[in-house]
Amino acid sequence: MTTLDVTRAMTPQTYMQQLSRWRAIEIAFWLATLLPFWLFPTYLSLASQIAITALFALSLDLILGYAGVVSLGHAAFFGLGAYTAGIFSKFFWGEPFSGLLVAAVVAGLVGYLSSFIVSRFRHLTLIMITLGLGLLLHEAANSASWLTGGSDGLQGVAIKPVFGVFKFDLYGYTAYGYALAILFVCFLLTRRLINSPFGLALRGIRENIVRMPAIGADSRAHIRKVYTISAIIAGIAGAILAQTTETVSLEVLSFERSADVLVMLVLGGAGRLYGGLIGAAVFMIARDQFSGIAPQYWYFWIGILLVVVVMLLPNGILGGLSKLFSRWSRK
Amino acid sequence: MLPPVFGVLFDGIAYGMLLFLLSVGMSVTLGLMNFVNLAHCAFAMLGAYVTVMLMKDFHWNFFATLPVSFLVTALVSVVIERTLYRRLYRATDLDQVLLTIGLAFISVAVAAWFFGTTQQPISVPGYMRGSINVLGLNIGIYRLFLVAVGIVVTILLVMTLEHTRFGAQVRAAVDNQRMARGLGIDVDRTFAVTFALGSGLAGLGGALAIEIVGLDPHFAFVYLVYVLIIVSVGGLGSIAGSFAAACLIGISDIAGKYYVPELGAFLIYLVMVAVLMWKPAGLFGKR
Repeated sequence: MTTLDVTRAMTPQTYMQQLSRWRAIEIAFWLATLLPFWLFPTYLSLASQIAITALFALSLDLILGYAGVVSLGHAAFFGLGAYTAGIFSKFFWGEPFSGLLVAAVVAGLVGYLSSFIVSRFRHLTLIMITLGLGLLLHEAANSASWLTGGSDGLQGVAIKPVFGVFKFDLYGYTAYGYALAILFVCFLLTRRLINSPFGLALRGIRENIVRMPAIGADSRAHIRKVYTISAIIAGIAGAILAQTTETVSLEVLSFERSADVLVMLVLGGAGRLYGGLIGAAVFMIARDQFSGIAPQYWYFWIGILLVVVVMLLPNGILGGLSKLFSRWSRK
Repeated sequence: MLPPVFGVLFDGIAYGMLLFLLSVGMSVTLGLMNFVNLAHCAFAMLGAYVTVMLMKDFHWNFFATLPVSFLVTALVSVVIERTLYRRLYRATDLDQVLLTIGLAFISVAVAAWFFGTTQQPISVPGYMRGSINVLGLNIGIYRLFLVAVGIVVTILLVMTLEHTRFGAQVRAAVDNQRMARGLGIDVDRTFAVTFALGSGLAGLGGALAIEIVGLDPHFAFVYLVYVLIIVSVGGLGSIAGSFAAACLIGISDIAGKYYVPELGAFLIYLVMVAVLMWKPAGLFGKR
């Protein structure tokens, strides 16, 4: 059930209010994200990787899940944020929040500029353009080795303690707390955005872009806006990765990262806000466990997972769950 | 005596023909059937491994393995088409992308399982290895052979799709499935044969590519990007477009690596983005 077909006998105001109301399961979900601190203290660095990837998946959900813009090069913004935060701390200062802000500004600026290209295309051409822009940036970072360290990665990133108090320790307590807090803040903003008239317009673009001008909506302007916001969030996610691991490698801009995040989002369920978060957690934990057994064959399992999701769970894990739930509650 | 630019040009065209042979099958399946098949290079990889296996374990002649690699790939692809792909002909681009990326992932892992992750060397017959001297240029015989195969495949494909009964059926089934069924065309069979043809060509391309680019399990992804570039730059479903795009990309890539090596693969991505921004449907695209 999509949110668009529950509009029976409701004024627009009450409909929007109902959309944005917090449900008990959401509060439980966010409380559960605190559990790793006590239950799995040895897995905190994995947990912070999951939080970062979840934030990245959330940014893709904004453009793909809501506006229907398929990007195969979203790692461009993730990598841009990571390199900006890393280079900023290396040459200026290592205070984390200002580094985050600079990364967000740079990613947002590039996102805004490329949004003029992206908003012009649909379908395969769009996929190829985003892929091409992503690969271009990857090559650019590879050749500008005086700045980025090229294929050796960026060395010499040094991050000061958060608020001057919490140092980034070896166990990842600070890293996970920092990543989780920023994920939560970005999630709140995204949630607010999605449950606004702008969010409804995005869903309209996803469902039928041709009809949007008929209700006076400028689809291209909407796509430009949401693409820029998505780029900012992806840049922030990348910046957190650079700051918590204190290094940046070319891999942050790779095609694999773009593909992986797409897989995570669809696995969890696109257009559902929590889909990217669940998908990132399932994907990262599965990869951690499977690659412990045999690293080369991890991709076999992810391939199987993808085929199963497309064939049996067209709306991802969350879509499957909500179908199951509605069938169960109807009895 | 010709200046070295002609040598670069020839190598670029030969490399382009290699990319053309790899991608023309996708031009057929994506352009005619509208199916985004990112597992295309996995089929190419299958054809390549068939050739490697026949040559190493059964000591076949290189040329004898080529038709077998075409047939095996075509047969395997039909099985997959009948079980998985046919259910997704009407699905969104994204679902097709995800299913086929999944299959490509599986193929990489399976290839690593059976053949290991190392490069598979093959030895083409000795008389294919040398080069001939034309007006002071060294022209590789194998490269010349690739160009010849590329041209033959183009002519055969255009003839098949434009001038045969089967080609007419394919075009009818693509343009209007219901009408085609009404005329008594077996659309399911037509699609299956078209798909087998496209994948078989990928298998052949893969087998021919080993001598130039080598073969390891990452083949399914490394060349996928090139194939997608050529198909989208050329324009969907246009054989001539793929041919032109393959030459353009091949020459840009070789010339870029020869004259401005520090740019790396930058140039071909730039060419692709520029062409698509100028002509979103590709050079010869109609839609």
